[in-house]
Amino acid sequence: MGMGDAQDTPDALLEAVKLTKRFGSLVANDHVSLAIRAGETHALLGENGAGKSTLVKMMCGLLQADSGELLYEGAPIVFPDPASSRAKGIGVVFQHFALFDALTVVENVALGLPGHQPLAVLAARIDDCVRRYGLGVEPYRRVGELSVGERQRVEIVRCLLGDPRVLILDEPTSVLTPDESENLFRTVDLLTNEGRAVLFISHKLDEVRRLCHRATVLRGGKFIAEVDPKQESSASLARLMVGAEVPRTPRIAAHALGEPRLLARHLSVAGDGSRGSALHDINIEVRAGEIVGIAGVAGNGQTTLFDALSGETQVADHESIVIDKVVAGGFGPTERRALGAGFVPEERLGHAAAPDMRLSDNVLLTTHGDGHIVKAGLIRRATLFSRFQQIVKGFDVRFGGKDPKARRLSGGNLQKFVIGREVLRDPVLIVVDQPTWGVDAAAAAFIRTTLRERAAQGCAVLVISQDLDELLEFADRIAVMSEGRLTAPVPVAETSREAIGLAMGGSHSAGGEGHHAA
Amino acid sequence: MPLRLERQENISPLRHAMAPVVAALVTLVVGAVMFVVLGHDPVRAFTIYFIEPLGDAYTLQELVVKASPLLLIGIGLSFCYRANRWNIGAEGQYVAGAVLGSWLALATHGMEAGPWVLPAMLVLGALGGALWGLIPAFLRVRFGASEILTSLMLVYVAQLGLDYLVRGPWRDPQGFNFPQSVTFDDVALMPLLMEDGRLHGGILIALLAVIAATFVLGRTLVGFSIELAGSAPRAAAFAGFDEKRVTYGVFAVSGALAGLAGIIEVAGPIGQLQPTISPGYGFTAIIAAMLGRLHPVGILVASLVLALTYIGGEAAQISMRMPFDVTRVFQGTLLIAILAADILVRYRIRRVEGTTHA
Repeated sequence: MGMGDAQDTPDALLEAVKLTKRFGSLVANDHVSLAIRAGETHALLGENGAGKSTLVKMMCGLLQADSGELLYEGAPIVFPDPASSRAKGIGVVFQHFALFDALTVVENVALGLPGHQPLAVLAARIDDCVRRYGLGVEPYRRVGELSVGERQRVEIVRCLLGDPRVLILDEPTSVLTPDESENLFRTVDLLTNEGRAVLFISHKLDEVRRLCHRATVLRGGKFIAEVDPKQESSASLARLMVGAEVPRTPRIAAHALGEPRLLARHLSVAGDGSRGSALHDINIEVRAGEIVGIAGVAGNGQTTLFDALSGETQVADHESIVIDKVVAGGFGPTERRALGAGFVPEERLGHAAAPDMRLSDNVLLTTHGDGHIVKAGLIRRATLFSRFQQIVKGFDVRFGGKDPKARRLSGGNLQKFVIGREVLRDPVLIVVDQPTWGVDAAAAAFIRTTLRERAAQGCAVLVISQDLDELLEFADRIAVMSEGRLTAPVPVAETSREAIGLAMGGSHSAGGEGHHAA
Repeated sequence: MPLRLERQENISPLRHAMAPVVAALVTLVVGAVMFVVLGHDPVRAFTIYFIEPLGDAYTLQELVVKASPLLLIGIGLSFCYRANRWNIGAEGQYVAGAVLGSWLALATHGMEAGPWVLPAMLVLGALGGALWGLIPAFLRVRFGASEILTSLMLVYVAQLGLDYLVRGPWRDPQGFNFPQSVTFDDVALMPLLMEDGRLHGGILIALLAVIAATFVLGRTLVGFSIELAGSAPRAAAFAGFDEKRVTYGVFAVSGALAGLAGIIEVAGPIGQLQPTISPGYGFTAIIAAMLGRLHPVGILVASLVLALTYIGGEAAQISMRMPFDVTRVFQGTLLIAILAADILVRYRIRRVEGTTHA
């Protein structure tokens, strides 16, 4: 792995030297070092749980290191809080935006800036900044009306008005369409050309290789390497990140498709006024034996679609959802499960599982209507516990203790538990929202393989995912969700990343035949 | 220097169980300070409050009599609190149950009615409490009104309604204008368990409630759905448990048990309707529920402890001329100490440091 060239390495603007941070017995950062240089885009690579967020939080004053130090232009510095790091020109755009929906862009920006400025002056400054960096933000629009990509640009503008020397972007492209990502990359290039430094946090290897001058790789809280990403292949970067060859999901040879298990016909859900929540005329069919993927940028109605399918959200037209040939639109979740459906929501803690209840009790959430574990309203503890053991053994769920609270499991292990809980119910239909979100690579591969196997055994699988690569890897057909509408599913072999990317941006045709931009 | 609460991940069951004990000790220390400030010898005060009542058969019976309404109401409240529904109005549901049950006693007064009267009164009492409890449940489900406020306000409505009835339409005509109803007929009174003494049949009903609630909360899907609704509402919806049904259900159970306690008290120790039929049982039961860790057996123990403060308070009123408010202060201190102990078990206080050791 090639280290950065020594001869023309500028001095570091902000440097972390052997930072260590412990949370109880967990060492989140173990002597991690990282140097960000002016005029460079520096990638911070690592899987979920590798310690990227902890490192960033220490670099901007949100967390204090247990040991190690921060250097600012070569001199030691302490940031007791985020305000002090901001004063030194360090701006951070987090994954979760801190914007008020009810206020306009300029009002939101004003709230984040120290001191008082007339809104008109501020709006002019925003316009100036927008023009300079090609950001596409209108100062007087209400944030509630903006897309996720636009909201991100508002956050970036807010940072840039503070004239930062270092800009930290936390997984910025995870909420963007491919097209919006391209625009972001152009902005980042403009910023570094001005001599600013950008720390770009990501686990998408292709974009890191294209955009970044250096990359620091973390794994398990430890510094693994600093490399020149342009000299690396995606595979070699992945190896550094994961520490082993990344397993691919085996494609199982085509098998005959069976009966339709899930049918959505003109499925619509009225919105509550906020953007991206309503569903308009969704039509999709999932047949036994196939995996249908729904791609799309977060916040385009996927959660509403999941809730409508699982029965948590009421649909007005009962005919619009058919599960295994039974009209199910008027059914609640338990009745839909009784038809042989299984559901895995995106949020593990608080939705798929009750964080403060024991893992064995969490088995009951989706199995209480199946007739084995609960009979005549009585919970049969022995049966419950043996099912719990089956899930733990069959799906390699690892945890400390005998039966801990769900909260104490890692994301990957809890996800394996949640998937296992459904698979052992032997469903004819599984609907999964973000199956591998925040899950380490090995667990993600295991989950995809499991779903693939279920499909081969005649289960219908609907996967909603923001991870396009994942869908291209293991789905049979892909539809795209954008602003509450769904394109017709297209076989993976007959479509391309570009066509899907276009549809994600609002052009409602994944196949490419006919196009009308929204 | 600012302080911050940090959630602790690994809490031993022992620490969790010890929290109420520590809370009781803290209450004793605060009580001792209070006695000293009031100019009393704390040792003597504690002896009168907590030791002497335990040495005498009559007061021991009285202890059980006072504990049983706390136990019934507390168990009902534990259903609500487990589901994260904050019913503060058990006192009102208690009164509503007493009023509806007493209506039958007054309607059949002097009619030589059969032994069906008392069971029917108990059913009406539970019904009255449940209906009163369903009002805040409805307001929450339909309008999103905070059940904490509505249930509390309905306490005063119930109390003033009772006041009106015993001063107006239900007043005993031969009662020399005292605001009270006629004394109930024998068929409308709780049977005593022993010839002489104060123990009555309501105590058995309270013990039955302990067994039933332990079973429902620990072994049935209904108990699980209540727990889940309180612990993770979205997960409960995902599991298919209707939030509205849980709300109505726990308020109905809670109100029914409070109403039952009310009619038992009126048909038992009191024997007639009068303007005041409770020394704040409905509020003290909140402490019993919290102190008992929302578990029926725990609430049984907690009810006895709290009943002791009532008895000791009465004794101290007589022998030390201590105002009854001291008992209220005790109970209040105990509640605050439990809540604080719970927080301190679950969280750790950390100083947020102004500077860092680099």
